[in-house]
Amino acid sequence: MHRFAELLDRLLLTPSRNAKLRLMIDYFRETPDPDRGLALAAITGNLSFSSVKPAMLRTLVMERMDAVLFSYSYDYVGDLAETISLVWNTSVGAQANDREISLSFAVERLLSASRSDGPRVLADLLDRLEAPSRFAVIKLVTGGLRGGVSARLAKQALADYGEVEVHDIEEIWHGLKPPYTELFDWLDGRAAKPERTALAMFRPVMLSNPVEDSDLARIEPADYAAEWKWDGIRVQAVAEGGLRRLYSRTGDDISGAFPDLVEAMDFAGALDGELLVGRPPEHTGSFSDLQQRLNRKTVAQKTMRDYPAFVRCYDLLQQGEEDLRALPFAERRKRLEAFVPTLDPERFDLSPLVSFGDWQHLNALRLDPPHPIIEGVMLKRLDSAYVPGRPKGPWFKWKRDPYTIDAVLMYAQRGHGKRSSFYSDYTFGVWTGPENKLELVPVGKAYFGFTDEELRQIDKYVRDNTVERFGPVRSVRADPNHGLVMEVAFEGLNRSTRHKSGVAMRFPRISRLRWDKPAAEADRLETLTAMLV
Amino acid sequence: MNAHEILQPRPEGLYCPPGDFHIDPVRPVSRALVTHGHGDHARAGHGHVLATRQTLDIMALRYGEDFAGTTQAIGYGERIAVKDAAVSFHPAGHVLGSAQIAVECRGKRIVASGDYKRRSDPTCADFELVPCDVFITEATFGLPVFRHPSAGGEIERLLKSVRQFPERAHLVGAYALGKAQRVIRLIRDAGYSEPIYIHGALARLCDYYQAQGVDLGPLEPATAEGTARDEFAGKIVVGPPSAFADRWARRFPDPVTAFASGWMRIRQRVKQRGVELPLILSDHSDWDELTDTIAETGAGEVWVTHGREEALVRWCELNGIKGKPLHLVGYEDEGD
Repeated sequence: MHRFAELLDRLLLTPSRNAKLRLMIDYFRETPDPDRGLALAAITGNLSFSSVKPAMLRTLVMERMDAVLFSYSYDYVGDLAETISLVWNTSVGAQANDREISLSFAVERLLSASRSDGPRVLADLLDRLEAPSRFAVIKLVTGGLRGGVSARLAKQALADYGEVEVHDIEEIWHGLKPPYTELFDWLDGRAAKPERTALAMFRPVMLSNPVEDSDLARIEPADYAAEWKWDGIRVQAVAEGGLRRLYSRTGDDISGAFPDLVEAMDFAGALDGELLVGRPPEHTGSFSDLQQRLNRKTVAQKTMRDYPAFVRCYDLLQQGEEDLRALPFAERRKRLEAFVPTLDPERFDLSPLVSFGDWQHLNALRLDPPHPIIEGVMLKRLDSAYVPGRPKGPWFKWKRDPYTIDAVLMYAQRGHGKRSSFYSDYTFGVWTGPENKLELVPVGKAYFGFTDEELRQIDKYVRDNTVERFGPVRSVRADPNHGLVMEVAFEGLNRSTRHKSGVAMRFPRISRLRWDKPAAEADRLETLTAMLV
Repeated sequence: MNAHEILQPRPEGLYCPPGDFHIDPVRPVSRALVTHGHGDHARAGHGHVLATRQTLDIMALRYGEDFAGTTQAIGYGERIAVKDAAVSFHPAGHVLGSAQIAVECRGKRIVASGDYKRRSDPTCADFELVPCDVFITEATFGLPVFRHPSAGGEIERLLKSVRQFPERAHLVGAYALGKAQRVIRLIRDAGYSEPIYIHGALARLCDYYQAQGVDLGPLEPATAEGTARDEFAGKIVVGPPSAFADRWARRFPDPVTAFASGWMRIRQRVKQRGVELPLILSDHSDWDELTDTIAETGAGEVWVTHGREEALVRWCELNGIKGKPLHLVGYEDEGD
């Protein structure tokens, strides 16, 4: 158990993606079955317990300690699970020893506990564990385990561990169950790749590369179809043998949050498309609207009514028994055009192709799209098969240019790892208020887009112009007469009730340092609010 | 005699009227008794200082030879009279030379513990329990959430990380007096014999510890100019935590920042400081050690100072011991 607890803590505190991968790979290597598979299930959110409820934890701990001492402790720590893991007084005679308790032992005990003896089983486990493992168990049973790792990164670690492609993992993932013994047997080279046995499984998606300057000169317009790139999230809708699943593009099952859409999936096949909200074809909601439906486990009736979900279809991967992925795009497109009209028109529509003559013509269309929810065009080679991953050549995305704004640096925070001695995370703001009483309001935070040399220059600027320090954060002098102007590029703007400015940027990064520009000439908040859809 | 007539808080520090001296005064006084060499307890500028030999040596290293008018060294267990009071110094187990000070007057004994820990530490003498009527305890980690794990386990995590990330330097933040030497000694005890690189601020104190018979193994300066970054790959570097936010840290390849401190028990603290590898390692008593010590001294009355007084006072109340916070000013309750 101590290894698992240690892994969770390190994943939580390690900022670097590569280091997280190394930690997981080493864990898979040094941990026997079934513990490593259960850890994988915990990290990817595939382990749940019904016998223990969070409120019960408080009761358990209060039986063992003074309420006043508990409240001092909780006030200080701030997190209930962590407080309990630290203040837990082991029962008389109990010996805490993490090394003797395996993760699988703990999981089995919790899974087999009935609702009535859940508290006793949990208390007994906590008695036998040390603080970091107690924390892990409490987070596991309360479902609050968020290890700083996405399911996608865990799959990447599995792929690196077994030296296979990540889409090989994604493809079979939904047919596998904890503790994933057959998966590890395959990755260890002891058994063949697990068969795709389950119904309605995920098909690894095909991705595109951005258009680079020289690309267009090398390819023929006649070989490609173009379609709008819609600003929603890429999904795959699969229905097979009565089973219906909606997947994100990394293979996470998101059906639970979209019962309205799933209900309409009365077909047999696998569709690739963009998840959007609105009432097609007339109304397509903005990305802000779509966000009302994202990252939820369940959804309220009112939200479904106000923001109905639909899929704008790009491709047909499976039709009935027939796998279409090896067919050329042009052929699949014909099938798609015949398939979509058989579906519920409120939930599925067809993403139209864009007809164009040459690249210049297409560029003009790209720069002036017919709908605000379009973020560019896609180019797909007419003869391209549907293959997983991001092959170079068959598919391109040609995005609309990013928005830019001139903002003033307000706060800087120290980075991590390689950047731990640099102030590398920047909060910037724009002006608001009357001309004679300008005030900065923060509008975003960015930590990349600059070169190493520029980082050194900004770091020096931050150190030379510090007004106040709060732990790892420095407040930097920023007033109309003095301040560093940064050109910030971003992909879009959402309304936000969480930020004082009322706006939140998508994918902001520093595109240029404007050492030349007087701070007072940076943009005003009105420039941003005018951009809200 | 009332305990308050023997020791009482004053703005300068804890004062003993019968002996006319202060314990760990924060402002210059004519006669000071000093528990240990940390800056908030040992200050320069007193008329006369009574402390252990090692504490006096450490003060001279930090403030220069002329840090006080006159000095007097006292051995552990030695009992001397200071005017109408009798005083003796006993190991506190905190850092090299650290002592608890027992003050006796007309049959009543008060022990001012200074900072102390109960676990064995290879770099200093083990804590000695001194039965007393009134025990003055620190409360740096005076909350039930602080239970320090075994030091060996923490060092094991550090060494595992060094093996796991051989291309990165491991920067271990540790306070210059006591913690740094203890961390280095513990790393040696775990079987690591490679050179350990130290920040310049640690050099004199490490030399002093070595001269006092604490073997720290091969130490190299981490400050040498012109050292290629890659030479620090896979190495352990120890320095004061403040240095890691400094430009100094840039000489190291993709560093893993570790910090050896009791505060590392709390995840929010770890995140706030941007620490990647927290090492829960403290030279102060944890909650169980504080409460056990209070019980073992047999003191009927406990005065609680610097730290989270209210929880320990509450514990005393629950256990039928008279407890009260002693509001002394000038001490850092953020000790390590």
